[in-house]
Amino acid sequence: MRTIQYREALNEAMSEEMRRDPNVFLMGEEVAEYDGAYKVSKGMLAEFGPQRVIDTPISELGFAAIGVGAAMNGLRPIVEFMTWNFAILASDQIINHAAKMLQMSGGQFHVPIVFRGGNGSAGQLAATHSQSFEAFYANIPGLKVVSPSTPYDAKGLLKSAIRDDDPVLVMESERMYGDKGEVPDGEYLVPIGVADVKRTGTDVTIVSFNKMMKVALAAAEELQKEGIAAEVVDLRTIRPLDTATILASVRKTNRLVVVDENFPMVSVASEVAYRVQKDAFDFLDAPVLRVNQADTPLPFSTPLIDASLPNPARVIAAVKEVMYLRK
Amino acid sequence: MPTKTASPAKRNARPADGGHTPETYRRWFKDMLLMRRFEEKCGQLYTMQKFGGFCHLYIGQEAILAGMVTAMGQDDRIITGYRDHCHPLVLGETPHRVMAELYGRTTGTSKGKGGSMHYFDKGRHLFGGHGIVGGQIGLGAGIAFADKYRGGKQVTLCMMGDGAVRQGILHETFNMAMTWKLPVVFIIENNQYAMGTSVERTSNVRELYTLGESYDMPGEPVDGMRCEAVHAAIAKACAHCRAGNGPYLLEIKTYRYRGHSMSDPQKYRTKEEVEQYKQQDPIEDVRGTLLRNKWATEAELEAMDEAIRKEVEEAVKFAEESPLPEAKELWEDVYKTPDYPFIKD
Ligand SMILES: Cc1ncc(C[n+]2csc(CCOP(=O)(O)OP(=O)(O)O)c2C)c(N)n1
Ligand SMILES: [Mg+2]
Repeated sequence: MRTIQYREALNEAMSEEMRRDPNVFLMGEEVAEYDGAYKVSKGMLAEFGPQRVIDTPISELGFAAIGVGAAMNGLRPIVEFMTWNFAILASDQIINHAAKMLQMSGGQFHVPIVFRGGNGSAGQLAATHSQSFEAFYANIPGLKVVSPSTPYDAKGLLKSAIRDDDPVLVMESERMYGDKGEVPDGEYLVPIGVADVKRTGTDVTIVSFNKMMKVALAAAEELQKEGIAAEVVDLRTIRPLDTATILASVRKTNRLVVVDENFPMVSVASEVAYRVQKDAFDFLDAPVLRVNQADTPLPFSTPLIDASLPNPARVIAAVKEVMYLRK
Repeated sequence: MPTKTASPAKRNARPADGGHTPETYRRWFKDMLLMRRFEEKCGQLYTMQKFGGFCHLYIGQEAILAGMVTAMGQDDRIITGYRDHCHPLVLGETPHRVMAELYGRTTGTSKGKGGSMHYFDKGRHLFGGHGIVGGQIGLGAGIAFADKYRGGKQVTLCMMGDGAVRQGILHETFNMAMTWKLPVVFIIENNQYAMGTSVERTSNVRELYTLGESYDMPGEPVDGMRCEAVHAAIAKACAHCRAGNGPYLLEIKTYRYRGHSMSDPQKYRTKEEVEQYKQQDPIEDVRGTLLRNKWATEAELEAMDEAIRKEVEEAVKFAEESPLPEAKELWEDVYKTPDYPFIKD
């Protein structure tokens, strides 16, 4: 199978859907003439023209609102945020408008819109540029949140998101745009709300998503050398959460570590842990542990970043703890 | 020079009852009276605690909607803030369904899920009813964006209060709407107060129709107590948009007779000021025109009022007799996708 970059997979998803449906268009900062701040939309202006690939001023709230209004009036906008950190300015439109419209109109107006962009830490960018927002938005009924970790999932999930009749937030990663992975030539969709077991194992379950999947898989690889078979579940979608896949894995392994780049307080890990203690209590042989970004803003200096972000060593330590292997 | 906000708006030259047919005047009278009687009833019912939530009355501002609907096109779109009971009414929705929404009944326009601040009517192109001050400004531009994208000829009428114009989204939206020449008329209903805060206390810039100037957006002030003036301004602005010239800004100077909501002791203004505006009441003005020109008799107008009062009473009866939603409705209309797996435990 051919391998392409994560950014190319996203580009293919958008381009295929724009060829398929004239109501789909892309707007955001630098998406057109600059080919995308992270080159995700490279070549799309040339193919689709300035009516459908639209550069905006730096007005996140304003262009998010224009997207939501356009979606209420029959279009299917893809709104790119340079990163989700900047989308905080647009959160009123996402949370108070896109997410609420269907209910407040008694089912009259739905909002088929995709908001997408890079999410999470991305090198030494300091605190305002280094946050993960899956938990923040997954808290909001009316939204769907996907957070793919591979080019294959990124393409399939973004295509599903564009076809979805509800607002879908796609959390990407500046750190993954260059990652290569296998993506078939033909068309496919990855359904929203379905997790994926990326590695099977019997001793412990590691649940993760987005670029923390790399950390989880690296830890699993190391653990294998010590004879510990970790099963790694990639959530892929955060809202709605595929609890069945998580529970099936935990019922098999009886132990769970969640690796999540979100801050620990009310994180994705918190919700996964709640669900597991609620529905698989009798299957647990140890308390659920989580490995999150530290409970501080992420600073600039490298040793401080290293001390904060999840890494394979921390995950391995957590796995050993739930297996009672640690001193 | 800033206008003193607490003095009556300057009149545009009054057309000599000009250009409009007796039917138009009758319609204005009827539409405004329906809004007035409906909302007087809302105020009473609210005081009697027949329903909860907020209740922002439009009383005093009716000439804006009345003059707007006779000037706009059938397919044009409307979006507004939360002072929105009258929008569905003037577009032709029954007072029954509008009242039922206030009562939180399944027969309400949003099945009782939106309430006072969230009226929508997709069939009549009413895109809400929005409770977040200023949120609708960007949405309105987006609605216009979609029409332009498809090559449609519709215009969006995007309404906001004098308080809403101080939100940052106004500037982002004005800028993009002008850059992209979106067919949207931004309508500021300047009733001179945002809750208890007068226009002059919020900015050095009090001539709100000038707010588009940094974006080259044309704008003008309009006398909001006169249907003729509103009609003329909306017709002109819509024609401007429909011809592909981009947005237009209207500052419609108006006044609300009642408090901001039902719980407002109104310490920020004087009784005299309120009285001054009531003297220019748009309903009385249109009544005068109809009588003066013998386009209607006192008896006819009285009969019209009677019929409207009766319809409003029937709307109340309908609302009170309508079913309340069952608890299972909670899970409906949150996602368009069927069978969304809500977390229930
Ligand atoms: C974002 C936001 N901030 C504050 C409020 C509370 N609030 C509701 S109405 C209002 C005043 C708005 O005044 P204006 O825009 O002049 O409209 P009017 O009530 O005069 O029609 C305020 C502050 C709100 N609903 N939304
Ligand atoms: Mg006001």
